[in-house]
Amino acid sequence: MSKLATAEADRSPSGWKIIWREIVRDKVAFASFLFLGLIIVFVYGISLVLDQKQIVTVDLFSLYKPPSAEFWLGTDYGGRDVFGQLIIGTRNSLSIGIIVTLMTGIIGILIGLLSGYFGGSVDNVFMRFVDFFMILPTLMIVIAFVTAVPKYSIISFSLIMTAFLWMGIARLIRSKALQERELDYIQASRTLGSSHLKIMFTQLLPNLSSIIIVTMTLNLAANIGLESGLSFLGFGFPESTPSLGTLVSYARNPQTLESRWWIWLPASVLILVLMLSINNVGQALKRATDARQRKG
Amino acid sequence: MWKTIVRRIFIMIPQLFLLSILVFLLAKAMPGDALTGLVDPSLDPAALEAQRERLGLNDPWHVQYWNWMIHALQGDFGQSFRFKMPVSELIGQRIFNTIWLSVATLILTYLIAIPLGITSGRYNDTWADRLITGYTYLGFAAPLFIFGLVMLWLFGFHFDWFPTGGSVKPGVEPGTAAYVFSKIYHLLLPALSMALITTVTTVQLLRSEIIDTKQRDFILTARAKGASESRVYNRHILRNSLLPIAAFFGYEITGLIGGTVFIESIFSYPGMGQLFLSSISLRDFSVVTALVLLYGLASILGALISDLILSIVDPRIRIK
Repeated sequence: MSKLATAEADRSPSGWKIIWREIVRDKVAFASFLFLGLIIVFVYGISLVLDQKQIVTVDLFSLYKPPSAEFWLGTDYGGRDVFGQLIIGTRNSLSIGIIVTLMTGIIGILIGLLSGYFGGSVDNVFMRFVDFFMILPTLMIVIAFVTAVPKYSIISFSLIMTAFLWMGIARLIRSKALQERELDYIQASRTLGSSHLKIMFTQLLPNLSSIIIVTMTLNLAANIGLESGLSFLGFGFPESTPSLGTLVSYARNPQTLESRWWIWLPASVLILVLMLSINNVGQALKRATDARQRKG
Repeated sequence: MWKTIVRRIFIMIPQLFLLSILVFLLAKAMPGDALTGLVDPSLDPAALEAQRERLGLNDPWHVQYWNWMIHALQGDFGQSFRFKMPVSELIGQRIFNTIWLSVATLILTYLIAIPLGITSGRYNDTWADRLITGYTYLGFAAPLFIFGLVMLWLFGFHFDWFPTGGSVKPGVEPGTAAYVFSKIYHLLLPALSMALITTVTTVQLLRSEIIDTKQRDFILTARAKGASESRVYNRHILRNSLLPIAAFFGYEITGLIGGTVFIESIFSYPGMGQLFLSSISLRDFSVVTALVLLYGLASILGALISDLILSIVDPRIRIK
């Protein structure tokens, strides 16, 4: 698949250009990228028109209807339209995935930068905390906190998820920042009298941006997976706010699993395809950051 | 070496302490206390208050923490109000099911990973390698709970090859061969479902290790000395590539913990994960806290095992 890189004589291309070229060159990644864009536009667009309240209202006259012209993907045990829930569920899963990814990203980057830039005892203290959080059984602790929180909402749910998921990115940023701070440009900037804050955020951070983008993309897939997993177990969103995992969770009823595929199968396939696409894009981005692996 | 082990065990002490504080806070944050399940509406509030005083529920938090920890260290986690029995006894009934499930999964994980990883690494960029890489790509993206459901749907319901719930056929006498056979039969589908997903990281790691090792100088030397191809692979390449796999064994244990919760829930397998979920839904919080503590302990031990294996395998990272 790989062709010889077109030699650019004058100067090396910018980071964004490399990333874009890598995605376009890799047909699978490009298709995934387009698919993700379409899904996002489609889901957020349609859910503006759809009425969530109306969709999640129980209708006892149309329980477990198979797919038809009226209900494109049939109805669930409460007579609720599965297609509408699928759209809203995708929107909710994507939103929470993006929110959690951004929040864990911000915390992880801050801690990683501080830890890696200053090193020494600052690094030691932060890393012991990271070590501790890393060994926690995340799934159980998140479930336990979700049930223990008195006022349960989307905000508290994403805060709980964030509290136990920021460590991976912090550790990565820290190790990269540790390498980067030894480089001459940091020393030079320091000698010229730049403040630590300025070096960290305007000089060091931009040099780590490609790694941050890659990690956050791959984290997005993982977070969507975790959220739908939690909703599947019944500890994510309530039924009135459907997520993709909520639809899959109806399959825990053996009869639904066995003979009412239209309720759980579309959501399962959608989760799988979403995660595959995000991973594909993430892998292409990863290759873009590592010159040895590039295709384009 | 001994120095490393002792130091590494010392690192666990603050971890255990923090874990116990976190779990204690969790227990306090959960609605209700040890009396909630026992309270009778006709009970006099003054008598209830006396009971609270007697149980130490009105003490300052550090006293409560100390008492709780002393009890927990002795394996006393209080009573489950749902089952009306000590929590430790309840967990004792379930823990072995989860351990069997985890052991079966680990065995299957390596049984799948090693041949696939070797094939993929040795014959890289052939159709077999592409097939295996495609599988790891898919397995990496597929969430465990969806894959588990599909496996249950296909092999449990549609083909009816495997039982769809429980850990043993009801009515089989414990201790007989039929009992053991039935246990294994019930384990197979859940363990295989989990192994097929967890194995992909090991396959990927083994593949890239073998491809890396293939190009090392000492392999060239071995070939130059006339070693046969099978000797080069089995003795030189495989041995060096398996070391990192061994080092990840401990993390594999940590990873299993979350997986068993999903798998036990999907396959209605009566282990600790299922107990955890049902206890949390029914607000049986003494069981929940004990289980979170146990799971936390298991992952701390998993990390310990990884670090110890790593330091045996790679002398450079031993603590000096």
